[in-house]
Amino acid sequence: MPRREVDPERTTHVSRGFRGRRTDADPARVPPGQYVTRDFPVLSAGPTPHTSLELWDFSIIGELGEPRSWSWEEFRALPSEEITRDIHCVTKWSKLDTVWQGVSVDTLFAGIETSAEYVTQYSDGGYTTNLPLEDITGGKAWVVFAYGGQPLAPEHGGPARMLVPHHYFWKSAKWVRGLRLQSTDEPGFWETNGYHHYGNPWQEQRYSGD
Amino acid sequence: MAGTALLRRLTWQLAELVEVVVEAPRVKTLVFDVPGWPGHRAGQHVDVRLTAEDGYQAERSYSIASAPDSTRVALTVQRLEDGEVSPYLTDELRPDDKIELRGPIGGYFVWEPSDGGPLTLVAGGSGIVPLMAMIRTRAAAGNDTETRLLYSARSEDDLIYRDELEALSGNGLTVAYTLTDLQPPGWTSYARRVDPEMLAEVAPGPTEQPCFFTCGPTPFVEAVAEALVRLGHEARAIKTERFGPSGG
Repeated sequence: MPRREVDPERTTHVSRGFRGRRTDADPARVPPGQYVTRDFPVLSAGPTPHTSLELWDFSIIGELGEPRSWSWEEFRALPSEEITRDIHCVTKWSKLDTVWQGVSVDTLFAGIETSAEYVTQYSDGGYTTNLPLEDITGGKAWVVFAYGGQPLAPEHGGPARMLVPHHYFWKSAKWVRGLRLQSTDEPGFWETNGYHHYGNPWQEQRYSGD
Repeated sequence: MAGTALLRRLTWQLAELVEVVVEAPRVKTLVFDVPGWPGHRAGQHVDVRLTAEDGYQAERSYSIASAPDSTRVALTVQRLEDGEVSPYLTDELRPDDKIELRGPIGGYFVWEPSDGGPLTLVAGGSGIVPLMAMIRTRAAAGNDTETRLLYSARSEDDLIYRDELEALSGNGLTVAYTLTDLQPPGWTSYARRVDPEMLAEVAPGPTEQPCFFTCGPTPFVEAVAEALVRLGHEARAIKTERFGPSGG
């Protein structure tokens, strides 16, 4: 049968004999193109940094009157909460009901005034990732230090990582050391390597141009 | 950080299976023809999308195994027992069948001949695939960058691309194997997990400023990267990928 020229983006090609493995997970919780895993795969671009807690601090820098900084002790003395969220990695896996312990970004921003509209998370090892500031404030993001009731393992970003669960997980920087407030949106590490600036999993914004 | 933003939109394209190569009991290379393929860099990957009759879809990422070669794109796929997509690709898909694919993706875990070296590639199991693309790209370009591959597998049966690696050796490429679980009689190469001592023997020293690419399961990549840092290599010279593409 002759095949009409069609835009493959607008149609889908049915894969002969493919049935797929449906999961029990609520489909409303799984963004397009994702599958649910029970594992916790590790993905990072380079060696895992190991920063001792004595040397660790967390800072908010950039466009604010006075930079803020917390030592590990000061950070851990801040009020923290348990957070249960689904997470979605751009490499296609989603993990439901992950349980974290961390400090809300709102707590860190208490008393800070800024005209910045963008923020770059920066990490040990040089990793960066960018977001509009409004995407990490208002109860949407945390600096987490425990996962599943245990201190966060180095390969998962310990001692502390960001948790911004409404974005693909590369927007939750591992080994995070601070937030840089900016008036312009500066692409971070993966954002300059072919990945989407904003990374909304529900709109499947995986790659530049999605 | 150097990087090329992909401004071109990555659209789904129909790719036709044109050739299947059995690499190992559970590993096949699938060669696709992708009309309009824009070319790729060694180390990049593609997304594959399968659609069932009722519209259900599954997506996965696979490293590209081949050097750029017009519209041909080879993926080497390991069949995962409890997998959803890999058993379909290795057992069900036949020549002339089509799948949807988009790419190439990824701008960090990539090597081009102009990047130079010395290059050290450390593969664990099917982590060899994107590294093989680098070796093939180097060979296809007639490039003689000093390149060392350390390839770890459980047993001889699990080694893939072996004949091709033998054929490509020389001209600056050396290949060392280690078999961690089972060695054939008379095996004279390494017979243990990759460790700092092995890496010090295989890789150039830090003064030569080698660049490293390592791909494999997470514990393997963690151990390799950690050992290289401990040997004095620059963290930023060590690019890692844990079975599959980057991100998250």
